[in-house]
Amino acid sequence: MGSKLTLGRAINTGLRQAMEADPKVLVMGEDVGKLGGVFRVTDGLQKDFGADRVIDTPLAESGIVGTAIGLALRGYRPVCEIQFDGFFFPAANQTFSQLAKIRRRSAGVLSVPVVIRIPYGGGIGAVEHHSESPEAYFTHTAGLRVVTAATPEDAYWAIQQAVASDDPVIFLEPKRRYYEKAEVDTDATLSAAPPLDAARVARPGSDATIVAYGPMVKTALQAAEADTERDIEVIDLRSLAPIDYDTVADSVRRTGRLVVVHEAPLTNGVGGEISARVTEECFYHLEAPVMRVCGFDTPYPQSRLEEYYLPDLDRILDGIDRAFAY
Amino acid sequence: MQAQEARAADPLPPAHARSLYRAMLTARLIDGEAIALQRQGVLPAYVSARGQEAAQAGSAAALDIERDFAFPTYREIAAALTLGVDMVGYLASHRALWHGGLYDPVASRFGAVNAVVGGPVPHAVGWAMGERLAGRTGCALSYFGDGASSEGDVHEAMNLAGVMRAPVVFLCQNNRWALSVPNERQVAGGSIAARAAGYGMPGVAVDGNDVAAVYRATRQALEHARSGGGPSLVEARTYRIEPHSTSDDTSRYRDPDEERQWRERDPVARLRAELGEAGHTDDTLARVEREARESAERVRDGICARPEPDGDDLFRYVYAEPTDELARQWRAWREEAAP
Repeated sequence: MGSKLTLGRAINTGLRQAMEADPKVLVMGEDVGKLGGVFRVTDGLQKDFGADRVIDTPLAESGIVGTAIGLALRGYRPVCEIQFDGFFFPAANQTFSQLAKIRRRSAGVLSVPVVIRIPYGGGIGAVEHHSESPEAYFTHTAGLRVVTAATPEDAYWAIQQAVASDDPVIFLEPKRRYYEKAEVDTDATLSAAPPLDAARVARPGSDATIVAYGPMVKTALQAAEADTERDIEVIDLRSLAPIDYDTVADSVRRTGRLVVVHEAPLTNGVGGEISARVTEECFYHLEAPVMRVCGFDTPYPQSRLEEYYLPDLDRILDGIDRAFAY
Repeated sequence: MQAQEARAADPLPPAHARSLYRAMLTARLIDGEAIALQRQGVLPAYVSARGQEAAQAGSAAALDIERDFAFPTYREIAAALTLGVDMVGYLASHRALWHGGLYDPVASRFGAVNAVVGGPVPHAVGWAMGERLAGRTGCALSYFGDGASSEGDVHEAMNLAGVMRAPVVFLCQNNRWALSVPNERQVAGGSIAARAAGYGMPGVAVDGNDVAAVYRATRQALEHARSGGGPSLVEARTYRIEPHSTSDDTSRYRDPDEERQWRERDPVARLRAELGEAGHTDDTLARVEREARESAERVRDGICARPEPDGDDLFRYVYAEPTDELARQWRAWREEAAP
């Protein structure tokens, strides 16, 4: 039997399931205990699992990820919360130079199954450092898995799969979609859920493909609905590292046109990589170059300007038009 | 809480002192072999621990390898040897066969070689938190140096350990030089041990060239942690006799007189003299020295004979299972470029 959950609540429920299933699963971070996190994603967990398993840490991102690594080396599965995207950067050294490399450094003897949860992306009218999309930094680092979720259902399963993964996982939560509600079948079994690294066709179509992920999936779906002349397929990428190119290429071979959408800046973003790869794999199927609709190569703007920065319905439709101009 | 300046320690029981002498001397001799192998082009580079043997062997010997765990940086050869780490596997890091060395860190209770200054310090804190959470009595020991003491990670780790009362010992080998920068330009306030007070933990500075003093201070810190007292900091004051690495040139930044003075305070020679005074015969010590030499020669021959890594190792151990993309790159490499 299912129930209607917000995306934030779905992650909370997924974390609860993971903690019940495995006593080695810990939650740690700033304000995750009594407060339940600034977005309440860990609400109630400390009350039910105790302060030993849901740990309010000092305000120290590098220390959080660094001690999570130590806990993982001792056999635990820590889930760290970084409060906002822009506050990840103090933990970069521990993440890129330690977390991502320990399995390799130890020739496979050591495993560090740490999940780093990060609310990311814009659109909530926040102050500086609270609206960024840092995914490309992570996807450029060998040893990390990078996933996001666009729906409560996906979020519910993905967080449990991330916790169960023996690789470190960067779990990017689309903060402006935290309060979107949908049915989640919490009675289904984890093993029945689609794999963590599989993309999903969110809307079938035949004339062009949009690839989006996280907060942009909803916007892409709205754009597809708004286009009454053309039948647009929307793919929700779900995993950014690795990327499920089979699902993307299969779609592009059918539609011949691809528009990639993300909030992160255009240059050297995930969209550029997808564009290159699709060009390699689908060259003779493409009717037009791969288009990208992305954030600009600027620092994330003050919120009075963010509506110009963020890809919206009009910019995505314009991207589709450009793909049909060939 | 004031940082304590530990007084000269009472000597250790004879058999214990002799075994530490064997470990320190063996490490010294392997260190010398490694420098020679670098000169011969066998090792691309090496970082000598000469002069720091007492600080390392004394602290490592205080650990209970049945339950404790040490987190090294990259200059811990005497600590590794004292804990029984496979030394050929340890030097595999310096021969560039594998970044972290090719010993089993779990079985050895000694983390993989780690070249990020200060990076492993929070790992020790997390491990210690986990050990306590599991209801066990093991302690973590984190090796770091005076240079690392300037890193933010060391502050975050110590504060976290203090807040969590994690059973961890922060073992700083203050060897006075962080590559070319001396303590005067590195350590504001002049004492790393004194910083412990700010984290609400005991801090003690000891003569790092006195193996008994380091052993006893570490032992006390471990007992403190094991009995629920939380973390502590031991600063072993010593000296890096050799350059930072075989690529370094100390003539550009330090006074050779200073080096000479510290060579006279050599911890290995000092322990040998103490053993003689304590009644060990020359024959006994000569036997230990012969064993150390033979052992160092075996390690030297072993590292020279160690096979090169397999080209396929490039693609291994990145993930628990290679991703489709990595497997694709691996296949392409095998088809196009593999020797």
